[in-house]
Amino acid sequence: MRRLATTLEDWQSTLSDVAATGARLLALWTERAPAAVHAAFLCDGAALVVDLELDYGEMTYPGLSDLFPAATRMQRAAADLTGVSALDADTRPWLRHSAWPREYKPLAPRSIDYAGDGVPPPDDYAFVRVSGDGVHEIPVGPVHAGIIEPGHFRFSIVGEKVLKLEERLGYAHKGIERLFARTKLDEGHRLAARVSGDSAVAFSWAYCQALEGLARCEVPERAVWLRALALEAERIANHLGDLGALGNDAGFAFGLAQFSRLKELWLRALDAAVAQRYLNDFIVPGGVARNARDDLLKRLSDAARTIGNEAATLRSIYDEHAGVSDRFVGAGAVAPDLAARLGLIGLAGRASGQALDLRVDLPCAPYSELEPAKSGRDEGDVAARVEVRFDELTESLRLVREIVERLPPGELWAELPQVEEGARGIGLVEGWRGPVLVALTAGPDGYVRRCHPHDPSWQNWPVLEHAIIGNIVPDFPLINKSFNLSYSGHDL
Amino acid sequence: MWKTLGKIGSIGVISEPAPEPDDALRVAEHLQDEIRVLLGRALCIRQVDAGSCNGCELEIHALGNPFYNLEGYGIKFVASPRHADLLLVTGPVARNMELALRRTYDATPDPKLVVAIGDCGCTGGIFGESYATAGRVANVIPVDVAVPGCPPHPSRILAGILTAIRATRSG
Repeated sequence: MRRLATTLEDWQSTLSDVAATGARLLALWTERAPAAVHAAFLCDGAALVVDLELDYGEMTYPGLSDLFPAATRMQRAAADLTGVSALDADTRPWLRHSAWPREYKPLAPRSIDYAGDGVPPPDDYAFVRVSGDGVHEIPVGPVHAGIIEPGHFRFSIVGEKVLKLEERLGYAHKGIERLFARTKLDEGHRLAARVSGDSAVAFSWAYCQALEGLARCEVPERAVWLRALALEAERIANHLGDLGALGNDAGFAFGLAQFSRLKELWLRALDAAVAQRYLNDFIVPGGVARNARDDLLKRLSDAARTIGNEAATLRSIYDEHAGVSDRFVGAGAVAPDLAARLGLIGLAGRASGQALDLRVDLPCAPYSELEPAKSGRDEGDVAARVEVRFDELTESLRLVREIVERLPPGELWAELPQVEEGARGIGLVEGWRGPVLVALTAGPDGYVRRCHPHDPSWQNWPVLEHAIIGNIVPDFPLINKSFNLSYSGHDL
Repeated sequence: MWKTLGKIGSIGVISEPAPEPDDALRVAEHLQDEIRVLLGRALCIRQVDAGSCNGCELEIHALGNPFYNLEGYGIKFVASPRHADLLLVTGPVARNMELALRRTYDATPDPKLVVAIGDCGCTGGIFGESYATAGRVANVIPVDVAVPGCPPHPSRILAGILTAIRATRSG
């Protein structure tokens, strides 16, 4: 992890240099006292954080959105939370709707515990209007028609064809970053695990990695391997769920029945092995919370084999089903050059020619020894995102069996050394959706000063607006599901 | 086609018996027993994520899998509160969702039931109350049954739904 300190004078030229290397924006966050901007990149195969500390009284900085379009919403969110604002064109609020006043900055030092003022009034957000003969709007959400997280989609359409989609997010904003600053360093992993429930392992691992980095804590080998087991288990559960839901959204209920059955079998195997269906709070600072008995792990490994065989049969059924192919192929396509320009990342990126997987390209232990195979497609449509999921499911099931085979004996947990106030750490883990980053700064008395958890959905939500253009409205649920982005992980 | 049919045939029926309703999950009485019994025959649920981390949603989804087979009891999820008898609400209620949750409740025809799901729905959980969250679901709309857990097991969620629609033992 390299950090590069800049000043207002060389901030833009530094960013231009970073952009010229073809770097990917991983995250952007700001803080107060002193006011500062931080941007994390994947640059030349390594992680790089560019820091900009602003002069006293200075609260604005030149934005990144010309170089990295994905930065726009991150900058708007950061302005809502700290008041440190980019000078880019789009200054509409993002996470702040109408529940708290514009002047209230939850991450400003010594800001009060604002308790709200009655039921928040309706929020009049300035959507971009599309006009023309026959153009009309369909507003959807924040309460959606299925069992889905809250968000608002504004479609501008002609007939059934989508001309433009504009997303309005932030409905699930829970004040996580302010809460972090009231959390002890050795308890923050619990909050991290609840940033996005489907990525609990990825976030708690990234948090612990950041903490262990700044505390210089050596995690025992067995714990590291068990963490990888948990991360792959999470990927398997999510991919099984998505593959079923995608079949269902294409009108093939058989797919949902079968994959939801396999997912339940997998969760029960996990429950039997480590006494948890979803592994939130399994990863703790210094190691893991529980051991797993060898005979139970052997059964988990057997379950991985059975599920792998069944998934292979289901894959051939999906492949041969004309109706399913008709819906999958060509829907919601994002071409590789557009994906590169917009900074599409993670699973959806790999389906659009962006061959980046931290487990392969920037591996932490034990992935350097496991050598997972990277999956990729160039078509960028729903079918490609389904194929990448099938490939990764197969590979993760294989990895689980390999991890169980090679799991070293030893301690599960190491004592966390004393942490120095002001120490900074970064955690970076390839979750099932893509790279999950946690930036952590230690405060006084064992508390967190600043923690920014970052889900790859930040980068990918804006790309969904492009993926839907020219498609028909009824294909939106399918296209949306094929990305399956996080609302909670983004809204924080 | 033969592969699909073969798969269906080889697995057969794997649905498990329903859990017992649990009066310990009941927090309030808003409906008469006769109405509950009628609703229980064909219950329509509108799920509302009022700001959860999405963990509870994963286990609510599991209710539809062949093991828990929710639809086998005549219970189904519907796309509009206007079609619903019961709201299944997760999350600490994010203040950005407070108005939407109230409107969803108002749009649900009487008589109606509300089941709050998860530690956050029951108490506000790890998020509590702040500038951004209004805390537990009962702070915003009346709740009949609350199911704790992080996330609760699908069989507990099912027990909570069945508790809500069953007449109280004491009558």
